[in-house]
Amino acid sequence: MVAVTDATVRQTAAQRSTPQKGRSPRRRMLVLNLVSVAIGILLWWALSASGLRLPSPAEVAVRGWELLVDGTLLSDTAASLTRVLIGFALGTLVAIPVGFLMGWYAWARGLIEPWVQFFRTIPPLAMIPLALVLLGIGEEPKIFVIFLAAFFACVISTFQGVVNMDRTLINAARVLGTKDAGIFLRVVVPASVPFILVGMRVGLGAAWATLVAAELIAAQAGLGYRMQNAQLYYDLPTIFVGLITIGILGLLMDRVLLFAEHKLTGWQERR
Amino acid sequence: MTATTQLADARISVRHVRKTFDLKGEEFVALGDVSLDVADNEFVTVVGPSGCGKSTLMNILAGLDMPSSGEALVDGDAVTGPGPERGVIFQQYALFPWLTVRKNVEFGLKTAGLNAKDRREKAEHFIDMVGLGQFADALPKMLSGGMKQRCAIARAYAVNPSILLMDEPFGALDALTRVKLQEQLLDTWSRDKRTVVFITHDVDEAVYLANRVVVMAARPGRIFEIVDVDLPYPRTEEMRLSPEFAALRNRVWNAVYHQNP
Ligand SMILES: Nc1ncnc2c1ncn2[C@@H]1O[C@H](COP(=O)(O)OP(=O)(O)O)[C@@H](O)[C@H]1O
Ligand SMILES: [Mg+2]
Repeated sequence: MVAVTDATVRQTAAQRSTPQKGRSPRRRMLVLNLVSVAIGILLWWALSASGLRLPSPAEVAVRGWELLVDGTLLSDTAASLTRVLIGFALGTLVAIPVGFLMGWYAWARGLIEPWVQFFRTIPPLAMIPLALVLLGIGEEPKIFVIFLAAFFACVISTFQGVVNMDRTLINAARVLGTKDAGIFLRVVVPASVPFILVGMRVGLGAAWATLVAAELIAAQAGLGYRMQNAQLYYDLPTIFVGLITIGILGLLMDRVLLFAEHKLTGWQERR
Repeated sequence: MTATTQLADARISVRHVRKTFDLKGEEFVALGDVSLDVADNEFVTVVGPSGCGKSTLMNILAGLDMPSSGEALVDGDAVTGPGPERGVIFQQYALFPWLTVRKNVEFGLKTAGLNAKDRREKAEHFIDMVGLGQFADALPKMLSGGMKQRCAIARAYAVNPSILLMDEPFGALDALTRVKLQEQLLDTWSRDKRTVVFITHDVDEAVYLANRVVVMAARPGRIFEIVDVDLPYPRTEEMRLSPEFAALRNRVWNAVYHQNP
């Protein structure tokens, strides 16, 4: 999906420079996308009709409608989104200053990097047993593992952004008389924004992926909980509704960040 | 051979500057023993093979790097960091890509504490001076190389430095753009005199612009020869094609490309 969007963006840029070439390539892309989705659903329908133990698209749609009408789908979605957004916001909020600190001060890098590198290799899910023991079975352990997932993705990216930034820009600011604080705020921070946004996108993906698993542990609501519950009753349509909802929400959140990325980093030279 | 000129009223004095870098535990001598005086309002160009330490010398003058021994003086004071009297122009333009032309030119003015209105007026003046008026609100990515460098020049001029340090500023531009910018540079220089140290790898450019051409040699980086260019200003198209110019160019060319180690 990401590749498709990038292509679309380049398309839009091309249109701007040569307006008469029109929007037909973009529309053709959209048509192809829709055709692909239709074929997928058709295949799914054929598979379920051929006797495979799969619910048909119609059954899933009906169950989706029922869950929507009785409110469970919305309350589950709200519960899951709340967890993800809190964990993700906290993770990003902590990761950005820590990433800057690591990139800007060699001593901070020396002190922090071993821990980041070590804990980064542990999948956030592997922290669940520990989080449960330490934080109980409320919201805290779930938010905590989502926090970890978002934090590590974002901290590395922010750090890379600062370390890899063009040193001549810093020199250019220095010879214009700018001191350290000004250089940080007016050069390092804006130059790192693209890296931070990439980190946030990866972080949100990681947080969302971690969520469902986190909700398999003693949750009272949430999309993961709903699917776990449905599993007990062999309720395949509900599981499908859960999966599809998770996919759509993940895609939507990714798109929001992608949009922010294009808005905030449009100044970058593209090659 | 070490060429040295000592001037009584030097704006820039480089005194026995040596600069070494640590290369995998080995000492690499980027500048051996460089001494050079630049007079007020002088236009000095520096040419030499790549790797002879031109940029290293420039960074030391700019205050972006310190000599390992010896010292660089500006108006008699040792250089310990960048200063408002020295403007620097880099080969890679070094424009802030997230800022428009206008905001780039205003950058140093903001640092200097000017209010928004004064910044805007001043920036406008220098943007017009380099002919980027129509592109004031464009981002650097929309500009050609020549336009980017003109923006960088406007940005440097805006804080009104009396010394300009330029490191191969036109090196990445096509020949036509380069000649245009050379003319423009000489034009502004002869109008409101500045002291210029201009690094280039282009012998033609070095001779055309300079009062004096400093030819450097590598391994270790040092001054090989200094060639006085006694052609009057304003320099013209005909001068470029004159036998005197050709003779000077040959002399510099030989100094650059037939250095005996
Ligand atoms: N920070 C550095 N560390 C190690 N070597 C350096 C560094 N900067 C420059 N050098 C070396 O010093 C020499 C002179 O470099 P430079 O001044 O950039 O040359 P020029 O600008 O004349 O091409 C080169 O051989 C370069 O590799
Ligand atoms: Mg150089």
